[in-house]
Amino acid sequence: MDVTAKNNFPGQIHETPGGGIMLSKLDDVINWARSNSLWPLTFATSCCGIEMMSVASAKYDFSRFGFEVARATPRQADVIIIAGTIVNKMAPVLRRLYDQMADPKYVIAMGACAISGGPFFYNTYSVVKGADHVVPVDVYIPGCPPRPEALLHALITLQEKIKSGLTREQIKETSYLNP
Amino acid sequence: MVEEIGTTAEGDLIINVGPQHPATHGVLHLVLTLSGETIKKVEPHLGYIHRSIEKMCESLTYRQFIYVTSRMDYLSSHINNHACALTVEKAMQIEVPQRAQYIRVIMDELTRIASHELWWGAMAMDLGAFTPFFHAFRERETITDIMEKTCGARLTMNYMVPGGVMVDLHPDFQKDVKSFIQLYKSKFEEYNELVTGNIIFQNRMKGIGVLSKEDAISYGCSGPVARASGVNCDIRKLYPYEIYSQLEFDEVLDTAGDSFARYMVRLKEMQQSIRIVEQLIDYIPEGEFQAKTKAVLKLPKGEFYQRVETARGELGVYIVSEGGTTPYRIKFRSPGFSNLSALEHMVKGLKIGDLVAAMGTLDLVIPDIDR
Amino acid sequence: MTNEELKIKFTELLPTASFEEGGEWVNVFISPQELKSFVLQIKKNEDLLFDYLFCLTCVDWKTHFNVVYHFSSTTYRHNFVLKVKIDRANPEIETVSDLWRTAEMLEREVYDLFGVKFLHHPDLRRLIMPDNWEGWPLRKDYEDVINMIKL
Repeated sequence: MDVTAKNNFPGQIHETPGGGIMLSKLDDVINWARSNSLWPLTFATSCCGIEMMSVASAKYDFSRFGFEVARATPRQADVIIIAGTIVNKMAPVLRRLYDQMADPKYVIAMGACAISGGPFFYNTYSVVKGADHVVPVDVYIPGCPPRPEALLHALITLQEKIKSGLTREQIKETSYLNP
Repeated sequence: MVEEIGTTAEGDLIINVGPQHPATHGVLHLVLTLSGETIKKVEPHLGYIHRSIEKMCESLTYRQFIYVTSRMDYLSSHINNHACALTVEKAMQIEVPQRAQYIRVIMDELTRIASHELWWGAMAMDLGAFTPFFHAFRERETITDIMEKTCGARLTMNYMVPGGVMVDLHPDFQKDVKSFIQLYKSKFEEYNELVTGNIIFQNRMKGIGVLSKEDAISYGCSGPVARASGVNCDIRKLYPYEIYSQLEFDEVLDTAGDSFARYMVRLKEMQQSIRIVEQLIDYIPEGEFQAKTKAVLKLPKGEFYQRVETARGELGVYIVSEGGTTPYRIKFRSPGFSNLSALEHMVKGLKIGDLVAAMGTLDLVIPDIDR
Repeated sequence: MTNEELKIKFTELLPTASFEEGGEWVNVFISPQELKSFVLQIKKNEDLLFDYLFCLTCVDWKTHFNVVYHFSSTTYRHNFVLKVKIDRANPEIETVSDLWRTAEMLEREVYDLFGVKFLHHPDLRRLIMPDNWEGWPLRKDYEDVINMIKL
């Protein structure tokens, strides 16, 4: 995928003396603006939370992509990064947080525990085997814990998903099956 | 008594802190009873990250259950693995070669420094200072880079196995650690300038959350929390394991018992850890890095307990074995569990801002408490 | 004090205590009725002074439960293990939380996972499982058809 081409402003810019004229679709401009300033919710239950904190710090900075302002309250956040295992007692809390977020909202499932229960799949009585039993997920990141670069790749993938402008069901249909 | 969220008959307010909250260091749910802004009662509700590790380990073999303990107290993951490997070696009476012992102790102390760094950055962030967080992670990234070259992972590395370590050191290890030691010694001045000497920070920490020596013993506290109240409880000095008995380092004690004392104890412990690494890094002996053991380990019938000093306190691994390939019952004595039980006693009568400061100095990692 | 001296002292305090051989520390077996007086004595006695309770757990042996206490002394640095055998059909035992405050949360955890009732505990209720959970998860006969995949 040619990432650089997609980061340009969507539309045409015609220079005129004293300024310029911009031609674009309103949907494209709104999607471009939205994807470049997603605010994450600080939701880290266990070990993957430390890798998320590493991404927030200076070496693998995610504020270059617009994610700098991490809100503590779901009412002001756009994307929830589920980093860590979800257990039976925590699942209603996660659902309530997701419901409190305003549309459009996105979910990233980070780490093996949030995808499918991870290393705690067998013989545990209290682990929810995957966060997608509770909320609908947009991007999955494998790893235990995933490297910070993997999380950055997932954030860029989410940005492209938003820029493409399709809903979740439309993406499922037009995916690798019919490219 | 379980109180419903709302208002009591006397006009006190009952509110929730967490489970999703930036200052609770994980998923800790506290129910506070407040009269105005003064705290009258604190009740922790646990279990939001209870992953049933003890039951799961009853179906894993003695080589397999070590990966799970990395994820229990993930900031001192090497030390957790070390405790499990030591228990199995004690039960089967396996002799660990000298080279492996040196490597294990160096990795442990580097992990302790990394854990205290993250504690320092996160605690300063709780009190409102965002800059120390980036400074702390800069040092932490250097340490995880060193470990990644040898162990292959940054956070949950299953490097210690019963008998020694899994693979030999990377050829660059000594050079990297030496340059890290040089870099690190110049950082303490920076930390003291940034945070410790700040008058606002000192006013928020001195005299807050006092824990007396008798209370620290009665509540079962261990680690820096108990040492700041004057209790001698460093397992590396009292019940030494590996080569700790041959090393020169001080046990850092303080008598004040308040939050500032706990803060200073941890900062000085980082200095002692660097001292230990310095004593060992030039003298790692050649030899085997893993003792020869059978592929499938069967512990003899009986009960075995081994304790180590993690960055948070005393971790104990208690294995009850019936002679098979899987344990009959495993219990992990976690340091955070007992430290948390002292929280209510420490913050009664203080304000909410003091609760955040006191909880920051307890250094809780919630998956360690819930297991 | 060494293990032999501890054994002599314990037999002096409680003649009906029995010992188990093997193991790094002295393992003492007593019955549930003698628990309260015994632990009071070991805490107050000048030669013993066991003031640090560092582990409280329970082991399910299918016919009975064993509640296991690990004690240590901060003055003399000796350790020992106390085991109390209780009935599986109706598991009840006295609490020690008035002598060691750390037992308040440790006993709540044992109640939550095994179902052992601690008499005169100030606040005995579930700690880590959700409040409306049914069953005692760490018992050996705990059935959970959805999640437990027996190897």
